[in-house]
Amino acid sequence: MTAVVSACPSGLSAPSTPTPAQDPSAFVVQKDGVKSLDLIVKGPSCGGCLSKIESNVGKLAGVRIARLNLSTGRLRVEWSGQLKPRTIVEMVASLGYGVTAFDPGKADIESARAERRLITALTFAGVGTAAVMFMSEPLWFGSDLTADIRNTLRWISAAVALPVVIVSGQPFFSSALASIRARHLNMDVPISLAVILALALSLYETVVGGQHAFFDASVMLLFFLLIGRVLDARLRRRAYAAANELASFQTATATRLTSGGRAEAVRVVDIRPGDVLLVAAGERLAVNAEIVSGKSEADLRLVTGEVLPVATTAGQTLHAGAVNLSAPIQVRALSAANDSLMADIARLLEAGEQKKSAYRRLADKAAELYIPQVHATAALGFVAWLMFGATAAQAAYVAVTVLIITCPCALALAAPLVQVVAASRLFREGIYLSSGDALERLAAIDHVVLDKTGTLTLGDPVLGAISEEARTARNQAAMLARASHHPFSRALVKAVGAGPIAQNIREIPGQGVVGTINGRHAKFGSASFLGATASGGSELWFAFEGDTPVAFHFDDAIRPDAAKTVIELSAMGIEVELLSGDGEERVARAAKAAGVRKWRALASPQSKAAHVKALETSGQKVLMVGDGLNDAGALASAHASIAPGGAVDVSRLASDCVFSGDSLRAIAQIITTARAARARMRENFAFAALYNIVVIPVALAGWVTPLIAAIAMSASSAVVTLNALRIAAPSRSRWAGLP
Amino acid sequence: MNVFILMLLGIVGFALAGLAVFGWALKSGQFEDPKGAAARILDESDRPR
Repeated sequence: MTAVVSACPSGLSAPSTPTPAQDPSAFVVQKDGVKSLDLIVKGPSCGGCLSKIESNVGKLAGVRIARLNLSTGRLRVEWSGQLKPRTIVEMVASLGYGVTAFDPGKADIESARAERRLITALTFAGVGTAAVMFMSEPLWFGSDLTADIRNTLRWISAAVALPVVIVSGQPFFSSALASIRARHLNMDVPISLAVILALALSLYETVVGGQHAFFDASVMLLFFLLIGRVLDARLRRRAYAAANELASFQTATATRLTSGGRAEAVRVVDIRPGDVLLVAAGERLAVNAEIVSGKSEADLRLVTGEVLPVATTAGQTLHAGAVNLSAPIQVRALSAANDSLMADIARLLEAGEQKKSAYRRLADKAAELYIPQVHATAALGFVAWLMFGATAAQAAYVAVTVLIITCPCALALAAPLVQVVAASRLFREGIYLSSGDALERLAAIDHVVLDKTGTLTLGDPVLGAISEEARTARNQAAMLARASHHPFSRALVKAVGAGPIAQNIREIPGQGVVGTINGRHAKFGSASFLGATASGGSELWFAFEGDTPVAFHFDDAIRPDAAKTVIELSAMGIEVELLSGDGEERVARAAKAAGVRKWRALASPQSKAAHVKALETSGQKVLMVGDGLNDAGALASAHASIAPGGAVDVSRLASDCVFSGDSLRAIAQIITTARAARARMRENFAFAALYNIVVIPVALAGWVTPLIAAIAMSASSAVVTLNALRIAAPSRSRWAGLP
Repeated sequence: MNVFILMLLGIVGFALAGLAVFGWALKSGQFEDPKGAAARILDESDRPR
């Protein structure tokens, strides 16, 4: 006798109903008879892993290239012939690594290209700066240089600086032009102006054999600024890729039924409205769809936040993110994956637009203060020198030195460097920021709204305490539960561990599982299925035919350090609130366990967003933390938002920040780091302002030489850089005094 | 004076050579996987392709 449902030998993981969703064939790219596939491999960390994976995959028939990038965890396989892509995935999985197919999207390729352009610009600026500095040193200190040598040095400096500025200045010039066209000045305008004017003045001085040339200043300015830009671009790309990888381990492909009734694997992005899809038990729905046939249950935790599965029948509409539980069903797609996602995002952005436009970044505020004042001072200096009888050339020299030495460098580096250092510190902790200015918004938070299911809790239920007598029943119930996808069954199996499976198992959608244990007929399922009286709802019952049923209660497990995090947040002066779409009793229990005093249950997606908006209107700065589709509106309306790694696409995209791992402490950590970053930024801006107050009179007096400019610029940049790096040092733990 | 100009041109020439080498290294993908390169150096079976 064999069990009807096959299960993995340990019985610990969900039964292996064939899930064609893992078929990576939809991701295969074919070119000139050579097929290639990109996979994300989780877990390889050393040379041993690398050679194990490469040699084993390389041995498969027809494989030409199997190359694993250990830095990014991506495996590229190229082969020709009949090898099935699934074999490759199974090979990697059998070696003990997590593996999933992956689609290097357009955005990914685009950002890699942008980063490469910045690195090229940085390289040119670096080599140019070194070369010009060689020649500047004798110009700074060599008072005994002959005019001949001085002119030669200048001409060669010009020959180096001119192409370097043209190539390396590109990112700044194009951004400055765009900002002028949009009639909104950004920091790149004064930077471009300073670089171009410094170069023009130096060329003029070189031609007429004048006193000073600032070739070194113009290339050095570009070099410093580009270092900041490259670091920023690289980090943002890594964070984007990391957050994307969290997502790619969720739904990647779906199974489509062709008109001939054949099943084929397709990428989620290729699903079109009207397609009929086969959804296996345990599979997550990628698009909004209507059920065509099949009776089952759906887990709507990510859609509504409700823990209890709901029964589904033909004709019903399911939202993307719902997980099909007990039996395979056929559905008709109502929208394309991108359409429903795009529509959702568009709606969210509309909702959040006011927030985004109302927020002005610190750096923008600084630029708006800086540009008119410094440029007016330079113009005044020009007029004043003319009035006191200087030649136009002399007056222009003074005006240009004012623009060069007020050095947008320190100002332009003040905020981005801090953001890079703070974001890379968070990155190491598995927290991925979506944008730099998110830090500024996160720093202002004074109210946190938490979602329950999947945010405050892990999203997976656990078996509650059971009596001594129920222990035998529990072990017998596990024999039935091992064959079921129902989240409560999985929780029971997790509590009991590996073990045997009952015979003749059948799962009845919406009700429970039946089977034979030692020749006796047994049932495991809902109260109505076993004829017991329900109490609360989050329980399952087990009984042998004719016996009294035994109840098992299930709780939604709270994240391990939720309570500590709530204490920590309160200590930071932040009010914490729980807002859930789940039932009253379960929300109250979770709130009590986490130590949250304010809570609300049965909140609809609309009321969640409305509640957050109301708090915002009352002047509070709200941080929304949530993972489900029902949280997306609230995430977009909040001042700042965070999503856990398991969140649905829309919520991840609507959030400023995504954290991986089980610890809720990430929230406190993010806010602490954001506050530290804001403090460093303010210090940097204060320093840059002070610096300008000191150097402007010097420039107006006409005392600025290339040497003074070089020292002032590099010193001020060094100060803001060192100040930014203070964030990287680990802070003293706030956990020491906590229970 | 001639020697001086020769020296300066030499400096600029070296800088350009360095730039070219870096550009080649970047283009040939040597910065794509620093961790993997460090691991591969100890792997006997890994031959240059």
